[in-house]
Amino acid sequence: MPTNKSVSKAPITQFVNCRILRDHKLQREDLWVREGRILDPEKLFFDEEGYADQRVDCEGLIIAPGFIDVQINGGYGIDFSQATSNVRGGVALVAKKILEHGVTSFLPTLVTSPPNIYHKVGTTSTPVLSTTCPVSHHFHSGGVEGAGVLGCHLEGPFISLEKKGAHPEQYLRSFQSGGMLDLIETYGTLDNVAMVTLAPELPNSEKVVRELAQRGITVSLGHSVANLSQAEEAVQNGASFITHLFNAMLPFHHRDPGIVGLLTSDQVPQDRTVFYGMIADGIHTNSAALRIAHRAHPTGLVLVTDAITAMGLPPGRHTLGQQVIEIQGLHAYVAGTKTLSGSIATMDMCVRHFKQASGCSVEQALEAASLHPAQLLGITRCKGTLDYGADADLVLLDDAINVRATYIAGQEVWRK
Amino acid sequence: MYYYTLQEDLINPNQHTAFQSENNAFARICPAPFRACMRTMKLIILNDYDQVGEWAAKYIRNKIINFNPGPDRFFILGLPTGGTPLGCYKKLIEFYKKGEISFKYVKTFNMDEYVGIPRNHPESYHSFMWNNLFKHIDIKSENTHILDGNAANLVEECDSFEKEIKAAGGIDLFVGGIGPDGHIAFNEPGSSLLSRTRVKTLAQDTILANARFFDGDLSKVPTMALTVGVATVMDAREVMILITGVHKAFALYKAIEEGVNHMWTVSAFQQHPQTVFVCDEDATLELRVKTVKYFRGMMHVHNKLVDPLPPK
Repeated sequence: MPTNKSVSKAPITQFVNCRILRDHKLQREDLWVREGRILDPEKLFFDEEGYADQRVDCEGLIIAPGFIDVQINGGYGIDFSQATSNVRGGVALVAKKILEHGVTSFLPTLVTSPPNIYHKVGTTSTPVLSTTCPVSHHFHSGGVEGAGVLGCHLEGPFISLEKKGAHPEQYLRSFQSGGMLDLIETYGTLDNVAMVTLAPELPNSEKVVRELAQRGITVSLGHSVANLSQAEEAVQNGASFITHLFNAMLPFHHRDPGIVGLLTSDQVPQDRTVFYGMIADGIHTNSAALRIAHRAHPTGLVLVTDAITAMGLPPGRHTLGQQVIEIQGLHAYVAGTKTLSGSIATMDMCVRHFKQASGCSVEQALEAASLHPAQLLGITRCKGTLDYGADADLVLLDDAINVRATYIAGQEVWRK
Repeated sequence: MYYYTLQEDLINPNQHTAFQSENNAFARICPAPFRACMRTMKLIILNDYDQVGEWAAKYIRNKIINFNPGPDRFFILGLPTGGTPLGCYKKLIEFYKKGEISFKYVKTFNMDEYVGIPRNHPESYHSFMWNNLFKHIDIKSENTHILDGNAANLVEECDSFEKEIKAAGGIDLFVGGIGPDGHIAFNEPGSSLLSRTRVKTLAQDTILANARFFDGDLSKVPTMALTVGVATVMDAREVMILITGVHKAFALYKAIEEGVNHMWTVSAFQQHPQTVFVCDEDATLELRVKTVKYFRGMMHVHNKLVDPLPPK
């Protein structure tokens, strides 16, 4: 029998007495981890004649891949779009806190801001190119200090005036210099950018969408009054995401479904999926609308929090970007108006609410927060799954989908 | 064959339990000629598949416990794959989890493995053993032996497998199944009854029977396998064959009611000193009523073999 003993002397952890999410099902299997990645125990047994050094008894809990939040504006008093003296510290605080919600990777999101904000925030965060997952994005690996940063999500400023939502009007821009030039002028650098939300009806957007997609940056459609054809063209040019479906876009109309129509469009290239973000906090979208979207296109649903500064804070007035917002219960409004300015629900709340409102299975609810965002970002080789070789970013949950423990790279980073 | 067993019972109804453990004190002082009466063929007839799995697992459990394995005395077990032993493996895992048995000092030798499919292919026999037995128990990888169907030199691989069995001291109990064509392991009809571990081309029947594990696509089914020979299994000190289901009934008939014949290779075990055939009602459908009645009548004695053993 061939043996290739001692491939590594690193300790091996075996999670026992658990149900793991694999192949879209919860299975009674042990989970093996070595050097921060999921290990193939059969290979370990036959090739290396190896065994576990340490066993973790999960007491019957569910192990799911760690949640990935691709739209989060801040929290716990931190606003990613504010030029503070300690941008890194702010991101780090939120990264640490969201571990409690089962989030192990995220995209800090910047709303429409003046160029100096982008230049300051963009250059301060210096992500590390991960050697474990060779993708075009730069990663900042998570760990005990907090969830990993997969890059920034730049929501704006190339968005529609009519659908600006809570974004400050004075900083909205168009592609007047032809496209990419405007982007570089505004953002400074695209090095740490994982996603850009823009309105495809803006003139010259096609070139921008194509160029961004080619660079491996996810292009998302949102804050837009695009009709379905404009949206389809953008998808054909490379757009693959819809920012908070239903919010800040034209409502569904049976003769022109607008961006919402992408969920069932036949103009989407065969080998591609259009994903869409849903804020499943029970406020941003009516449950019936959530169900319509889910039933129309279940594999594209990506749960996002779109959490704002106030997430995790007590009720009252707080700052978001260049504006002031007000918390009332679970609602966050632009101060003095009834315009929603973002949500304060946590990711695990969203998963629970999504499951309850849509009636979907536990597996589907968990995948909407882990597998689907990983597929959207093209990083399923190392995130969003419990496949062999993937990063061991895990969330341990009970049957009611309450987070009991969070692991990053096989290390426990939070426990209830 | 029947009369021999009957005679044994007349001598000593408790004989079976006394002589079960090859290595116990009695057996050691018992001179060889007297041991002729240890030569037994038992046909255990149970009601259904689940009972077969349970009886077989208990038999193995008791064997291992009676053997009392330790760091310098391993119990050597030969093992099969396929649908038939699954119930038995499930029960063994249960016994392990209850603490009734440990595989720490057990070595295993599997009967066969496909040639040319990757070791981690879901249908390889390595995967089968890992998923259905090894990963659930406390057996050490270095104590398991499965033929490597991807070895650079297949003949050498077979030869070294035989050497490993010899080095381990020979097999104490070889568990096997039976094919619808009466084959043991991959010793297809026409295999020499003196055969040893070697490369075999699979019979069309076997390929067809296996197609269901390869999405029904015949082109995906391996056409060659490495297998222990008939004589390799005959060398074991004891053999237990599990037969369940009506589709195995004719093979069982050929194996025990007709002559020893290389077209039905399991029939070779008529000449093995200690064989146990464990089957369910359905598998007896081609046997003579007389045979079935006789062995059913023996069950009260045979069931003593699987009684829980007193704790040490």
